[in-house]
Amino acid sequence: MAQALALFWHFLLLGCLAVGGVSTVMPDMHRYLVDEMGLVSAREFADLYALAQAAPGPNALWVTILGLHAAGSMGAIATTLGVLIPATSVSYIASLLHAKHADAPLALAFRRGLAPVALGFMLASCWLLLRAVGHDWRSYGLALVALGVAMKTGINPLWLLAAGAVLGMVALV
Amino acid sequence: VTLGVLYKVYRDVAILQHALRGMAAVAAGLLLASAVGMAAALPRRLVPWLFLLLAFAGVGVVRWPLLYVMAALAPFAMYFAWRRR
Repeated sequence: MAQALALFWHFLLLGCLAVGGVSTVMPDMHRYLVDEMGLVSAREFADLYALAQAAPGPNALWVTILGLHAAGSMGAIATTLGVLIPATSVSYIASLLHAKHADAPLALAFRRGLAPVALGFMLASCWLLLRAVGHDWRSYGLALVALGVAMKTGINPLWLLAAGAVLGMVALV
Repeated sequence: VTLGVLYKVYRDVAILQHALRGMAAVAAGLLLASAVGMAAALPRRLVPWLFLLLAFAGVGVVRWPLLYVMAALAPFAMYFAWRRR
């Protein structure tokens, strides 16, 4: 219970910082759950992320199964609510403000200023995921191929994930 | 959520581990693709890219808590954006 509460507070904080989606605060989930609390291993972290990408439904579902894995069903509720509460309230307030003052200088400074910071966080997420998969040319190569195909063709990512699963089985077993 | 439960049960099956490794590598590539797509929209100037680099290094390489990195970078990032408006 205490653990679920701690998870809730940490994810609530991250939810407030998640400018531009959950993937921007993913590095801190990794730091907290893997490095600090030791509740989830780096490999499990990457596995769960991959699973959530393949699962139907919103991507934020990933936060739920991460909480489930870290601290049971209470953990799942804690992480989900933690991320959801600020995300919904902030975006609600923001959409109200945005409708009125979309071109206000402060709003522009906020968006333009924070966009690169959020992108830096997102790149850190990619980096941590790749590190968790393993230091080896095959996984880096596979990620690069996925990057290239996704950018060139706009194919449904599920096909790429399925291809990744098959390649993983064939090349590594 | 069902997948999460199934993962707990079957995660030690070797072939699934390999499949998941492959999927995770692809997932990282996909996330990278959306990041690259967004980065292409950034202005080609030094300051935004500097902030991108600092954010990446602070959180991804040095692994500082994201809150501190955000608190340190956000005021400057917004200040520079404000001045250029």
